[in-house]
Amino acid sequence: MELFSNLAIGFDIALSPYTLMLAVIGCFIGTIIGALPGLGPSNGVAILIPLTFTMGLDATSALVLMTSVYYGAMYGGRISSILLNIPGDEPALMTTLDGYPMAKAGRAGDALVLSGVASFVGAFLATVGLMLLAPMLAQVAFLFGPAEYFALYLLAFATLGGMASNNQAKAAIASCIGLGIAMIGVDNNSGLPRLTGGNMHLFDGIDFLVAIVGLFAIAEVFFFIESHGKNTSIGVKLEKVTIPVKDIMASGWTMLRSSVVGFIAGVLPGAGASLGSFLAYMSEKSIAGEKGGFGTGVPRGIAAPEAGNNAAAGGALVPMLTLGVPGSGTTAVLLALLMTLNITPGPMLFTERPEVVWGLIASLLIANFVLLLMNVPMVKIFVKVLSVPPWVLLPGVTMISFVGIYSLSGSYFDLLLMVGFGVLGYVLRKLDVPTVPIILGILLGGHMEDALRRAMVLSNGDWTFLFSSGISITLWIIAVVGFVAPMFLRNILKKPQRITD
Amino acid sequence: MASDRIFGAVVTLVALAYVASAMQIQTSFMADPVGPRTFPILIGCVAALCGMIVAVKPDPDPEWPVLATFGSLALAVVVLVGYAYALKPLGFLIPTAITASILSYQIEPRAGRAVLAGVGLSIGLFLIFKFALGLGLVPFPKSLTG
Repeated sequence: MELFSNLAIGFDIALSPYTLMLAVIGCFIGTIIGALPGLGPSNGVAILIPLTFTMGLDATSALVLMTSVYYGAMYGGRISSILLNIPGDEPALMTTLDGYPMAKAGRAGDALVLSGVASFVGAFLATVGLMLLAPMLAQVAFLFGPAEYFALYLLAFATLGGMASNNQAKAAIASCIGLGIAMIGVDNNSGLPRLTGGNMHLFDGIDFLVAIVGLFAIAEVFFFIESHGKNTSIGVKLEKVTIPVKDIMASGWTMLRSSVVGFIAGVLPGAGASLGSFLAYMSEKSIAGEKGGFGTGVPRGIAAPEAGNNAAAGGALVPMLTLGVPGSGTTAVLLALLMTLNITPGPMLFTERPEVVWGLIASLLIANFVLLLMNVPMVKIFVKVLSVPPWVLLPGVTMISFVGIYSLSGSYFDLLLMVGFGVLGYVLRKLDVPTVPIILGILLGGHMEDALRRAMVLSNGDWTFLFSSGISITLWIIAVVGFVAPMFLRNILKKPQRITD
Repeated sequence: MASDRIFGAVVTLVALAYVASAMQIQTSFMADPVGPRTFPILIGCVAALCGMIVAVKPDPDPEWPVLATFGSLALAVVVLVGYAYALKPLGFLIPTAITASILSYQIEPRAGRAVLAGVGLSIGLFLIFKFALGLGLVPFPKSLTG
C-alpha cells in the first residue's frame, strides 16, 4: 500500500524529538490562543507567522508548529464558549448554545471533557479523511489547466462570499479590495510597475502578512478599546473534572455523523469551520427532534458542533494542500504561511515534496493525541488562562504584531500599512463587510490573474476557452450557484442567535 | 441606512479612480493578449457595481460608538503611528512601554495598573524576543549606548 509507505515517511519525520517538541509546543500555544476571548485561530496564527519566519525554522518544522497551533486553537475555542458564553472564535459559536446552559447547571467539567472528546473524534476522523482524499484530489488536480484554475479561484471567492456573509454585494466588494491590493507592485509579465502611485515602498507590492495582521489582530484591539473590555463576563466556576462516560457513549453516533458533515463542509472551498459546526448542530437537532431538548444543555448538543467544527478544520486542509485554495479564514492564513516558506501548494507538492505533506499529516495525527491529553486531564490549566485581563492581553497582542512585522522588513512603512489595515478592518467589520475575502484576494490575486493571462495566451485571446472543458464548466456552475443560492436559503436556514442571560 | 449609502458611494468612487489609474498602466511591447490592464480594470468595474448596489439597497445601520469613544480610537491610531516611527530610532523598550501603557489605559482606565502592564509587557516581551526567539532587537536608542 502506497498510503502506508507514505505514512511511514511522515512518521519518520514527525517522531523525531525536535518535531515532536514543536508539535507539543504548538498544541499548547494553540489551545491558549483558542481559549482567550478575542484571539481566534486566524489572528493567533497570523501574529505568529512573522515570528516563525524570523526564527529561521525549516519548512517542515514551521508547518508542523503552525498547524499544531491551528488544531490547538480549534480545541481551545470551546473553553471560553462553555465557561464564559463568549465564543473564542466564530466556529465555536454553536458550542455556546448547549455548552453554556450545561455549565450553568453545574456540569462545567462534564461539558469540557465531553467537548474535548468530541473535538478529538472530529479532528481524528478528518485527518484520516485528509489522508485518503488529498492524494486522490491531487491526481484530479493534474488535469487542471489555467482555465480550470481561473474558474476554481472564482469559485472560492463566490462560495466564501455567498455562504460566510450576510450580504452578497459586500462580500464581493471585500474580494475586490483584496484582488485590487494584490495588483499593486511590479507586473510579473511585463516587468513594469502597476498602481504604485510612484511610491518606492509599493514596488514590491503589499506583503499579505502585513494585511492579515492588520485586519485581524490590530482591528481586534480597536474593538476592545470601543467596548472597554466590557465583553468579559465572569462566567461559570469550574469545580471538579470527571469523565462523564455515560454521556460520551450516548453521543457516540452524534460525533460520528457530525464529523462526516463537518468534514464535507470543510472540504468545500470557502465554506469552512463555521459552516461545519452549524450544519452538524442543525442536522443533529432535527434528528433528535423536539424531545431532544437542544439548546437546554444536552450532551449531544455539545458533541455535535465540536466534532463538526474540528472535522471541518481538518477538511479545510484538503483543498488548501491539493489545489492551493483555502476553505476558511484560518486556512487562508496557513496558505500565507506556505507562501512565506516558498512552498507552492498544489498537486506537485505531493510528488515533489512528499516529506512536507506526509510529515504534516503524521504530525496532525500525533498533535491530536497530544491535544486530547492536554484538553481532558489538564483542562484546568487552560481555564486559568481565561483570567488574563484584556488590559494586559490586547496591548501584548499589539506589541507582538508590531515586532513580528518589523522583524520581517525592518521598515516603518510596513508598520504604518499595518495600522492602516487595522483601521480598515475595524470600519469594514462595523459595516458587516467580511474581511476574510480580502485576505483571500491578496493571497490569490496574482495567481488568478496569471491563470487568466496564461489561458488567453494558450487560446490566443479567445474568451470562450474559459468554458471549454467539462471541469471548468462544472466549476463555473458551482461558483454561480454557491454565490446565488444562499440569498434564497437565508430565510429558510436561519442561524440560531446567541443566548443571553 | 446612511452608513451603507456613504460606504457604497465611497467604494464606487474609489473603484472608479482605481479603474482610471489602471488605464494608465504602461504596456510593454511583449504584451500578451490580456495585458497588464485588463484584470485590474475588471476588478474595479465589479467593485464599482457592487458599491452602487450597496448604496441603493443599504442594510440597517450598525451601532456606532459615541463621540468620546471615537476620540479614544483616534488617539489609539495616533499612538500606534507614532510607535511605528519611534521603534527604529528610539529602540524597543521605551516606545513599547509608553504605547502599551496608553493602550492598556484605554481598554481599562486605571492609570497605575496600565503603567505596570506597559512596563511589564515591554521588559517581558523584550526578554522573550531577544533570548528565547533570538530576534535582533535594539533595547535602547543607539545614541545612548554609543
